[in-house]
Amino acid sequence: MNKRLLILWVPLIAYLIFLVVASLGLNRDQQQVVQSRMIGKPVPGIDLPAASSMKPALSTKQMADGKPRLLNVFASWCVPCAAEAPQLAQLAQRGVRIDAVAIRDARPDVDAFLKRHGDPFQRIGLDARSTLQFYLGSSGVPETFVVDGKGIIRYQHIGYIGPQDVEMLMQKLREAET
Amino acid sequence: MSRLLLFFALFLAFPAFAQTALPPAPYADRQLDDPAMEAKATALMHTIRCLTCQSQSIADSNASMASDMRSEIRERIARGEEPEHIRAWLIERYGDWISYQPTVEPILWPLWAAPLLLLGAGGALAYGRIRRRRNAKS
Amino acid sequence: MIAEAGLAALWLAALLAGAQLLFAWAAVAKGNADALRLIRPVTVAQGVLTGLAMTLLIILFLRSDMSVYLVAANSHSMKPFIYKFAGAWGNHEGSMLLWVAVMSLAGAAVALFERGLDKRTHIATLGAQAAISLGFYAFLLLASNPFARLDPAARDGQGLNPLLQDPGLAFHPPTLYIGYVGLSVAFSFAVGALLTRQVNARFARAVRPWVLAAWILLTFGITAGSYWAYYELGWGGWWFWDPVENASLMPWLAATALLHSASVLATRDALRAWTIMLAVVAFAMSMIGTFLVRSGILTSVHAFAVDPTRGSFILILLGIYIGGALILFALRAHTVNEGARFDPVSREAMLVINNLLLCVILALVLIGTLYPLLTEMMGVRVSVGPPYFNTIIGPIALALMVVLVIGPMLRWRKDDAKLLLRRAAVPGGLALLALIAIVGLSSRAVGLLPTLGLAVAAALALASLAPLWKRNLLRTPLFTYGMVIAHFGCAVSLAGMASESAFSSERLAAAKPGDTYEIAGMTVRLDSVMPFAGPNWTAMQAALTVSKDGRVIGVAHPQARFFSDPPTPTTESVQMTRWNGQLYLVLGEALEDGRWQLRIWWKPFVTFIWLGGGLIALGGVLALIGRVRRERRNSKAQASAAAAMVAA
Repeated sequence: MNKRLLILWVPLIAYLIFLVVASLGLNRDQQQVVQSRMIGKPVPGIDLPAASSMKPALSTKQMADGKPRLLNVFASWCVPCAAEAPQLAQLAQRGVRIDAVAIRDARPDVDAFLKRHGDPFQRIGLDARSTLQFYLGSSGVPETFVVDGKGIIRYQHIGYIGPQDVEMLMQKLREAET
Repeated sequence: MSRLLLFFALFLAFPAFAQTALPPAPYADRQLDDPAMEAKATALMHTIRCLTCQSQSIADSNASMASDMRSEIRERIARGEEPEHIRAWLIERYGDWISYQPTVEPILWPLWAAPLLLLGAGGALAYGRIRRRRNAKS
Repeated sequence: MIAEAGLAALWLAALLAGAQLLFAWAAVAKGNADALRLIRPVTVAQGVLTGLAMTLLIILFLRSDMSVYLVAANSHSMKPFIYKFAGAWGNHEGSMLLWVAVMSLAGAAVALFERGLDKRTHIATLGAQAAISLGFYAFLLLASNPFARLDPAARDGQGLNPLLQDPGLAFHPPTLYIGYVGLSVAFSFAVGALLTRQVNARFARAVRPWVLAAWILLTFGITAGSYWAYYELGWGGWWFWDPVENASLMPWLAATALLHSASVLATRDALRAWTIMLAVVAFAMSMIGTFLVRSGILTSVHAFAVDPTRGSFILILLGIYIGGALILFALRAHTVNEGARFDPVSREAMLVINNLLLCVILALVLIGTLYPLLTEMMGVRVSVGPPYFNTIIGPIALALMVVLVIGPMLRWRKDDAKLLLRRAAVPGGLALLALIAIVGLSSRAVGLLPTLGLAVAAALALASLAPLWKRNLLRTPLFTYGMVIAHFGCAVSLAGMASESAFSSERLAAAKPGDTYEIAGMTVRLDSVMPFAGPNWTAMQAALTVSKDGRVIGVAHPQARFFSDPPTPTTESVQMTRWNGQLYLVLGEALEDGRWQLRIWWKPFVTFIWLGGGLIALGGVLALIGRVRRERRNSKAQASAAAAMVAA
């Protein structure tokens, strides 16, 4: 076959490549969320003021105290955050230490939120400009990070914590102990 | 197309009442005083992808997180940070996804090579044809 | 009953499409005379039946028949008449029915009015058209039946979302759709011509009006969509290189290339195989565009009517038709003679470069759009957006415009390079003057690309008029005017884009009533921000007085609206159009101490972007009318010549 004849098959080949990409793409698991790249790295150290009049402020500089904990990113205006409150309460009851960051929030709102939905938190920082969120590589609320005893981020849970996620988070916390 | 764009508009606008209890960050929609710095910041903002809206730059978005990021970028530029440094900082946290400007990562080389290859191949094809025709004639 | 009648009409039409394919095969391959006689009535009947089905669906929507699932899901008895009407195609099933209806009506038109093609190619074309229709009938009847009943009937519909009641939304998608279908006709012609090996000037002349019609609609649809996004999104951008926008741009690029190569084929009988290839590519891009939008493969959360199974169906159709056509092309194209010869300095050569550049742009848009998908499969998520497309495609598009300056100045077949230089001297000089003016006079640094863009736009505006030079303007054919106007439109649009990107100014402010802001020699004063109530929304409305040199030139009322059902805030920007640009005003969020966010842009000559788009479409309309009239006259002349021969 001469060269000119071969060229005629080029469009078909290019097209087949497209078909393969498209059909693989169609059947893939679509991932909508953006995973943080900070997993395996230390929590960025930021001092945040207290988000609630009932709780101490949060400094992420003091997270390497030997024991793992959860860092919950939430907000009083966020509906799924209210929905995950029972699961957080359950985790707290089982002895998990939970620190929290309230994103773009106001103190009276956070106070009202805690009164209404319960308060499983140890410390709550106010992140009025999403600064800590950017440092964490977090892209929305709610999100929950597992931080180990050396202050290293071990896991990021994106979205609401459902009843089925509680055991998974306990497992991640146990893994973080080692 | 426009139907979809309306959906974008909805998705972008929606967070405005559900994503904050606060007024926007100081530099979300306030220009820097130095026009040169503002130009730098604007150029960078147009190349950073909005995290909550998924399909627009933070410069074209009403989402609160985009406003906060605009403010963050303006403040950093005002402190003298270089745009590419800020981009690298964001990529370190969110991955290449956050930058609309494709980086020079090896996985993106084909993207940059494509125009050259296509122009080269197409040019060769056309040149061959035209020259062959001329030869055939003379 | 109406719904059942509609469904029956569709099944019958599908059967007829099957018959049409069978007859076409019998007539072309076996020379069966009965099949030959039957095929045209069958094609017309199929067109009538699908037209009827579409009409019945519209009637169901107008009567708000809530026992039909589609109506209940997408309409509401309280909807304004016009949106009930448009609601018929404002959903997946209805839009597929519209697609099929337009496609088979187009088939009927080809059967009735096409006179120039030789008989066998004509029949083969109708067969190809039937084959495509069959796939869509299957899609419609098996996977997306628009007439499905709902039992028990709903009390009322769910489609009263006020945000979706927008004239742009009602008429923009069908415009693009009908354009896509026009390209399917071009595809059928190409397959027909390949089957009978009759790729020649007659084929090109037959296909050209269809390509032109499709191209006009696509041009118009893209232009309108761009303006819609510009005023609706409220950030002053007019093109975002979003996957959905790209999906509408790609068929347009292919159709533009096809239009030009078909004119080479029609006039000079050259570029035969290439024109066929482009016809296949143009329809492929229409279907790929539909696939990208419908399958949700790229735009996920935002896309409407997204459904992966539908995506798979479209992908299978894509595989069969386009894959089949490409195999046919690979097998047959070498038997297609290359056609007439031409010189490197000739209009043909410039059109070859035009086609080359358009195709490179097309390929880059496609690659850029799909690339994130590709890397995601390798586990890396990246974004390809405006910075990439602007950097890469900007220069190539500019080169295309330079070719556009030169091309129409050249003669067909062979021209003299020296004469070309002489002819190009005037527009070239103008470009140089523009360049000096911009660099010398502009108070700010202007980017390289916009500067060159303005210079080329100046040259192109002048050069596009060249085909009228020293001609009797009354005897110049309409299609020449069409070409001139469309090319002039390119210059206008390019000037708008370059000017917008180079000279826009921006003022972002935290304003309280009484504050004034200077922009581009104008003063914008925030008078007040007051609550305002509409039929189904409330808003905060600003009153802004704009003045220049102490004289008030207008008052604008941008709004921050809030719709209650569903709860959705929107911004209603205001564009104040001046002869030399637009003032773009947006009221943002409330800030502390009674201040409001104001966003003000001055965009010099931004309106030229869409004005140019409109001129391009208008040029297409004139060319279409001119071509159809010319063909009609030619075929009449031939008929009377034949009659005279017989009489003699």
